[in-house]
Amino acid sequence: MANRVTIVDAMAGDRTIRRFRLRVRGVVQGVGFRPFAFALARKMGLSGFVLNDNAGVLIEVEGFGADAFARAVKTDAPPLSRIDTIEAHEIDTNGLTGFEIRESVGGKSATRIGADAATCRDCLDELFDPESRFFHYPFVNCTHCGPRLTITRRLPYDRAQTSMAGFVMCPACRADYENPLNRRFHAEPVACPACGPKLSHSVAEIAQAIRAGQIIALKGIGGFHLLCDAENENAIATLRRRKARDEKPFAVMLRDVAAAHRFAEITDAETALLESPAHPVVLAASQGNLPHGIAPGLTRVGVMLAYAPVHHLLLAALEEGSNVPVLVATSANPGGEPLVASNEDAHRRLSGIADLIVTHDRDIVVRADDSVMQIVAQAPAYLRRARGYVPEPVDLGSDGPSVIALGSDLKNTICVTRGREAYLSQHIGGLDNAEAIRFQRETVAHLCSILDVTPDYAACDLHPDFRSVRLAEGLDLPLIRVQHHVAHIAAVVAEHHLAGPVTGLALDGHGYGPGGTIWGGERIDLDGADWTHKGGLRPLPLAGGDKAAREPWRMGIGALYQAGREDLARALFASHPMAEKLISLFGLGMRVGLTSSMGRLFDAAAAIAGVRLVQHYEGQAAMEFEAMVTAPEVLADGYSLTGGQLDFMPLLIHLAENHVTVAESANLFHGTLIAGLAEWIAATRSPLDQGRVVLSGGCIMNRVLAEGLVNRLEAQGLTVFLPRAAPANDGGIALGQVAFARHVIEKHKLHSEEIETCA
Amino acid sequence: LSHGAGGRAMGQLIEDIFHTAFDNDWLRAGNDQSAFTVPAGRMVMTTDGYVVSPLFFPGGNIGSLAVHGTINDVAMSGAKPLYLSASFIIEEGFPLADLAKIADTMGAASREAGVPIITGDTKVVERGKADGVFISTAGVGILPEGIDMRSNAARSGDCVIVSGSIGDHGVAVMSKRENLEFDTDILSDSAALHTLTAAMVAVGGTSIRLMRDPTRGGIAATLNEIAHQSSVGFRIDEEKIPLKPEVAAACEFLGLDPLNVANEGKLVAVVAPEAADAVLAAMLAHPLGQEAALIGHVVEDPHCFVQMETSFGGGRIVDWLSGEQLPRIC
Ligand SMILES: [Fe+3]
Ligand SMILES: [Mg+2]
Ligand SMILES: [Zn+2]
Ligand SMILES: [Zn+2]
Repeated sequence: MANRVTIVDAMAGDRTIRRFRLRVRGVVQGVGFRPFAFALARKMGLSGFVLNDNAGVLIEVEGFGADAFARAVKTDAPPLSRIDTIEAHEIDTNGLTGFEIRESVGGKSATRIGADAATCRDCLDELFDPESRFFHYPFVNCTHCGPRLTITRRLPYDRAQTSMAGFVMCPACRADYENPLNRRFHAEPVACPACGPKLSHSVAEIAQAIRAGQIIALKGIGGFHLLCDAENENAIATLRRRKARDEKPFAVMLRDVAAAHRFAEITDAETALLESPAHPVVLAASQGNLPHGIAPGLTRVGVMLAYAPVHHLLLAALEEGSNVPVLVATSANPGGEPLVASNEDAHRRLSGIADLIVTHDRDIVVRADDSVMQIVAQAPAYLRRARGYVPEPVDLGSDGPSVIALGSDLKNTICVTRGREAYLSQHIGGLDNAEAIRFQRETVAHLCSILDVTPDYAACDLHPDFRSVRLAEGLDLPLIRVQHHVAHIAAVVAEHHLAGPVTGLALDGHGYGPGGTIWGGERIDLDGADWTHKGGLRPLPLAGGDKAAREPWRMGIGALYQAGREDLARALFASHPMAEKLISLFGLGMRVGLTSSMGRLFDAAAAIAGVRLVQHYEGQAAMEFEAMVTAPEVLADGYSLTGGQLDFMPLLIHLAENHVTVAESANLFHGTLIAGLAEWIAATRSPLDQGRVVLSGGCIMNRVLAEGLVNRLEAQGLTVFLPRAAPANDGGIALGQVAFARHVIEKHKLHSEEIETCA
Repeated sequence: LSHGAGGRAMGQLIEDIFHTAFDNDWLRAGNDQSAFTVPAGRMVMTTDGYVVSPLFFPGGNIGSLAVHGTINDVAMSGAKPLYLSASFIIEEGFPLADLAKIADTMGAASREAGVPIITGDTKVVERGKADGVFISTAGVGILPEGIDMRSNAARSGDCVIVSGSIGDHGVAVMSKRENLEFDTDILSDSAALHTLTAAMVAVGGTSIRLMRDPTRGGIAATLNEIAHQSSVGFRIDEEKIPLKPEVAAACEFLGLDPLNVANEGKLVAVVAPEAADAVLAAMLAHPLGQEAALIGHVVEDPHCFVQMETSFGGGRIVDWLSGEQLPRIC
């Protein structure tokens, strides 16, 4: 991601003694940058110094080849660093010898805390080296790896401000910590068996319990996992029963990509993602040899590599001969509440689920779930952004006031801007329980604290009953309310720095539209603070409100009834006990809301196609429908376009009328959707959009749909922008809210004292 | 029903309808006001407007609501309701027969409750200026010695009692309005609760911190209001909340949360823990409290959350809605 590197041209190689001052900006603190510069200068025989200040890292080097030093800083930078810019200036030599690491100077205002990183290669070697003092030590880490955000209470990032504060370094660790040539120089969480945290149980005990088919709650980096043997059907069934998680897919954890190949087909792009320092869960094509209970009805499985030393130790202990151990590793979040992170909480909330609760004595200060990603159109896309990525900022491309956005009520994240950076929080989750709302408030306070900002404005959704909106209203800041789908599109516009008008398409579940309309499949032109609704999908009856989102049969009947095809509704849904009742109530004139949602259109089609009538988790029908696609096909005349409205009713009727098989329906539905949407864009796009189309909303996580649309639109000569820096679903709403709010503030030249609200 | 010129005879006709239906000494006196003797002690007074659609629903009509609602507003303070007034805004063209039906229902409700309507007024307005009939009622009552309930009185540890099954009224109204026919008839619970509150106050006295009738917005709105006014939280237990199976089924079908659905003959009481059993027993012994239940407790909570333990063991936040239940699922 290193970009905008500028090194002055004057630095061509020569053999004179010269002195340069280098200003390095980006993620350069707490990632081993100073010892790296120290070691590099020593190796090159240069004198000078390096220090951290509030703008990043400042280096002065003097000697023969000082110019080569600047180039090496760029090319050999430490693995967890991210250099945004290097500016170099030649200055007068001073003839002094020696290179030193100087004390940090200045405030904390521009410093960053790094994201948590998976155990590095060097630490892994020590973990399994009987000669090392870190042999089998479950908390080994160095400047290239280990916890960061999840242990940090406040700035500046040093040990006293982390949950390592209570652990006094032993002489060996202290020596490493203070030695600029050591990999652990200023690694704040440095620890060893003599001085550091300890696990409550031995790895052998945990492994024994796994082998016995038990469910383990294991404290990790950002919270507790629930683990069990992924090849033991009974253990999986027990976990599902105890967690009351009927069918939602579980992720599996393995030692490395080679091990993962046994269960999943993993592409090069997926390998790179799996092995990146964040170690996210990556959705990959399943080999079909894991028990059905892992991801029922799906053809892809969430794979993640061991990322904490304890994971490696456990998997090693479970390895017997050629057997490759594979574990179910799912977040310990009972009843849909946020992740369990404290020892007390684990004993209180997990005792009914886990047979063995394994804790340790290093507190998790900040909760962070595992991030979940997939490759879409050859590049990584988030499904959930948390551990390993937070708190890396999204560059907004320009400066502006500090805005805090409270996001959406589902898959909630919040976002705070500082200068040109937008800090999107980790996944907080659905705000339907007190624990999640507390987590949100905690995150607001923590994020502002580690960024050292006090926001001047707040932004939130339009929905009058969103809890996130209530919290925003309680912040006592000028409040900018941003329409849900405008926010979805604005998030993508912001991360790609798209200036001027764009053609936007939000394919989503539900968002509060102007005047209380129920939106979710919208064509929106966006240009800074100005947006125009160019049309929506044909609105379908939403019988039972949110109930209809859980029960696709309601959408199926509603759509067919609306089309005047009660006969088809009766014939297709005869098996559902309430179908007749719903049809007769429609007949009696029951008033129902209408929704232009793409998510609900998916539900209607999935119900009509016979995928499922009732969902056990959000998006289940659509995910299973996607999983059935083999080769998308277009149904000629499957859609119609009138004014700005796109209508797929002919497709739904076709699926209902012609006894199309489920697999064939999946192909026809996806193919026709892609064709219709592409034609819609062509017909409604503004000539001013410079050929730029932005796709966003939860349905863009459907890979078949997203890639199909990208291909079609690119074939029309358009450039397509997808959500890359934040999830396409509501996890990205807060980013869109801050970005849109900054445009509103700028457009109206608002001063925080001057406005109450505006929209 | 006509309005304006030539309306004099009509005006008289309307007066007669109400006088006959409400018949009592005060109205017979024919004054524009009524005098009554004020007992010693503190009085309470309330007023409320009734605008419902439809006007007639299973188990009642706008007239019974207007009487019961105002009696209940007085009764929730712990007071004994004494007298009511009633004022009507009638849309031109409204059928006289319907008006007579509403008046008869009101008269019967007031007689049954023993709280007479002692003064009133009627106005006929042009078509379109009203929707059928609007009723405004006021009520006065007298507080027993020492009773002084306040909305900010709930404290951590107190018990929450509901007098019976929730959601009946709202679902009954909706089934009529939406033309919904369910397998069983769901009737509105519209009722005057003052004899129930009197029985509760007799055993609970000042241990009853406060009472509310959870009308519009249901018990969710009521508990949230109390939580904010008292700066406390609530923890209630889904399984303990009385709910008729047919109401549950209708809510499930319509996608409604019964906690947000209106009641017209139920009350929620917050009672000090030491008196909870006695108050509950008194309620169970009363015809309008036979299904009363202790549904939860007041807890300390700086965020004033109303939380419900669900059958799955989760803790769901019970919301206060701005209006209708809007979809949220994205
Ligand atoms: Fe959304
Ligand atoms: Mg009132
Ligand atoms: Zn390391
Ligand atoms: Zn040590």
